Amino acid sequence: MNDINTHTFSVIVDNKSGVLARVVGMFSARGYNIESLTVAEVDEDRNLSRVTVMVTGTTMVIEQIKAQLERIVPVRKVVDLNNEGSFVNRELLLVKVKAKGERRVESLRVADIFRARVIDSSNQSFVFELTGSAKKLDAFIKLMQPLGLVEVSRTGAVAILRGEKALLKR
Amino acid sequence: MRLSGSEIIIKTLADLNVEVIFGYPGGAVLPIYDAIFKQNRIRHVLVRHEQAAVHMAEGYARSTGKVGVILVTSGPGATNAVTGLTDALMDSIPLLCLTGQVPTHLIGTDAFQEADTVGITASCTKHNYLVKDIEDLESTIAEGFYVARSGRPGPVVIDLPKDVQNSVTNFKSIKVKSMASYKPAKKAKLNNVKLAIDAIVKAKKPIIYSGGGVINSGTKASRLLTDLVDYLNIPITQTLMGLGAVSANNKNFLGMLGMHGTYEANMAMHDCDVMLCVGARFDDRITGNLKYFSPNSKKIHIDIDPSSINKNVKIDIPLIGDCYYILDMMLKEFKLAKSKIDKKSLNKWWNTINKWQKKDCLSFSDSDKIIKPQKALQVLNNELKGRDAFITTEVGQHQMWAAQYLDFYKPNRWMTSGGLGTMGYGFPAAIGVQVAHPKKPVICVAGEASFLMNMQELSSLRQLNIPVKIFILNNEYMGMVRQWQEFFHGGRYAESYTDSLPDFIALANSFGIKGMRVTDPNELKSSINEMLDHDGPVLMDVCVAKMENVFPMIPAGAAHNEMKLSDKDDKETQTAEGLALL
Ligand SMILES: Cc1ncc(C[n+]2csc(CCOP(=O)(O)OP(=O)(O)O)c2C)c(N)n1
Ligand SMILES: [Mg+2]
Repeated sequence: MNDINTHTFSVIVDNKSGVLARVVGMFSARGYNIESLTVAEVDEDRNLSRVTVMVTGTTMVIEQIKAQLERIVPVRKVVDLNNEGSFVNRELLLVKVKAKGERRVESLRVADIFRARVIDSSNQSFVFELTGSAKKLDAFIKLMQPLGLVEVSRTGAVAILRGEKALLKR
Repeated sequence: MRLSGSEIIIKTLADLNVEVIFGYPGGAVLPIYDAIFKQNRIRHVLVRHEQAAVHMAEGYARSTGKVGVILVTSGPGATNAVTGLTDALMDSIPLLCLTGQVPTHLIGTDAFQEADTVGITASCTKHNYLVKDIEDLESTIAEGFYVARSGRPGPVVIDLPKDVQNSVTNFKSIKVKSMASYKPAKKAKLNNVKLAIDAIVKAKKPIIYSGGGVINSGTKASRLLTDLVDYLNIPITQTLMGLGAVSANNKNFLGMLGMHGTYEANMAMHDCDVMLCVGARFDDRITGNLKYFSPNSKKIHIDIDPSSINKNVKIDIPLIGDCYYILDMMLKEFKLAKSKIDKKSLNKWWNTINKWQKKDCLSFSDSDKIIKPQKALQVLNNELKGRDAFITTEVGQHQMWAAQYLDFYKPNRWMTSGGLGTMGYGFPAAIGVQVAHPKKPVICVAGEASFLMNMQELSSLRQLNIPVKIFILNNEYMGMVRQWQEFFHGGRYAESYTDSLPDFIALANSFGIKGMRVTDPNELKSSINEMLDHDGPVLMDVCVAKMENVFPMIPAGAAHNEMKLSDKDDKETQTAEGLALL
């Protein structure tokens, strides 16, 4: 009951100006912690955006977060993916590595193992692109650090339910 | 029909049956004021400060069940409204506040009297809008109005740039579509209703604890709640926000609960085995220390707002929806199954409660030399009997005494700032109530310090010439602050003496309002009658005992069954843990 767990919410909102501010504002006003948050338009015809937000808390807090999200007027639907069965969850990572010689070769080898892609290269640098779970991305960053990592840019998680069930009717 | 934005605004409000707007003009709303000038469907009440406009609209809304409408200018007009909006959000009062805004092409340039009104009011409204296109005006106002009054009511702001007010369009009224994203619940799940009924029937020590949600649900909900209380012969206590839903006359009413609630109400809350909460939210002033809150009860909670469930207290049976519908479902089920609570155990429970009632926790030591504030309210209460009076209060000791010593027989008769505790609320709220009920007695029970926070509205009152009575319990202290300093800060009365008070009679007279003063307890009754019988506004300065404390009181951090009953009761008022919880 009082265990702290991480939950992933999918929040479908009207794509109007200020909606993201309302969602984020609710979290800060009520003192809840956001682990990660991503947002993008997902349905142009119906003008809908999807916010994926990962939060931690006790069961009572997680339920409260769901209810508070549902109270925001332009929020259409809130789904706690952890309560809906199994889901997949991915982040996108871009890493810049600046290296010469053996370290440059080694960074390519590590990237290969992780199945990261090289999306930019110069004489002295690579930009790698990698998607996966937060854990996998963390591991990749750790291995790249001694090989000349100079910059990291990553998204929060996006998530979707496994199986045929969809959040919104098409 | 060719209409300007301003004309559309006024037309839309009138079509929504808005009768009155409380407002104050300024550059960014001049086109709307021009549209008001040219019509006669809606009345405008001019205030002297925008905060007061919002409180007036709150008083209007709470005494009628309708939406209160406010109009203020951009920048300082909007920021002045923020306290009132927050007050309405905390107490779930339906308001529509129209704010002027600089023209759309100037938004974001730090233009004269520009403020980020949507940003500033995002956290003190239920929802807010910025209308950038005249074609969205009608639908946004209608939608905002709907959002304000439906579900759990609350304040809505609509920000209106000046160019949108000025532009002109071929206006054709459109039907507002239902909202895809906003659908408040009405009826609860039937299986939960059955579970609740089952729990209540099996109870040995049941209690109903009801709040402002019942009032918001409409007079029919109050009637159903009364029916339920009578049908089950169950004890009921009401929160500060809920007073009047079930009449003070009802033999099952135990008085208010909470920090300054009655002994019997709090004891019953602590010892009950089944608690039915109807439209209340387990606020910290109600529960006291959560660790010790009603430890052995099964809790049933009726609320229209799902986020109220399990927010502070773990609920066993949630019933999400409008109290009216749920009470109706419950009563029908009870009557259908002819089920009642076992008489023997209920009698035993009532015997216990009667013993608590014998403590007579609201008794106080009276004096024939100086007016005790409790006494002033008792006399006022007696003289108001049969008059169907409306009462507002400011915030402080007088507010708690008013809740304790005044009787409310009907819903919508009692307006007080509960959630935010806003000093300066009561006087303008009383004006709003009187605007809605011109023929009824309307009394603001005030403290002298609170009254000073919005006393500029004496000018509005004079202009309206309506018979609001301001009943100041003048103890020359910010009494509630002084009481806490006495209990929690070693009697060091830092800055809580209300120094340099005006002569209230002269103050009233300077606005052309009747002023009165009473200092002798023997003249209380005649003075109160003189005030009530005066055909116009009265400001009455009731000089009361200065050092009186509000009792009973749940000491900081304590449980419901650890109340301090009087100054003579040597119960500690503080613990280290309690101080942090204050
Ligand atoms: C706007 C605002 N500022 C400060 C407070 C804190 N406060 C609560 S009660 C109180 C004193 C009220 O004094 P008065 O109106 O004379 O009422 P009394 O307690 O003496 O009856 C104060 C300062 C408040 N509730 N609201
Ligand atoms: Mg005072």
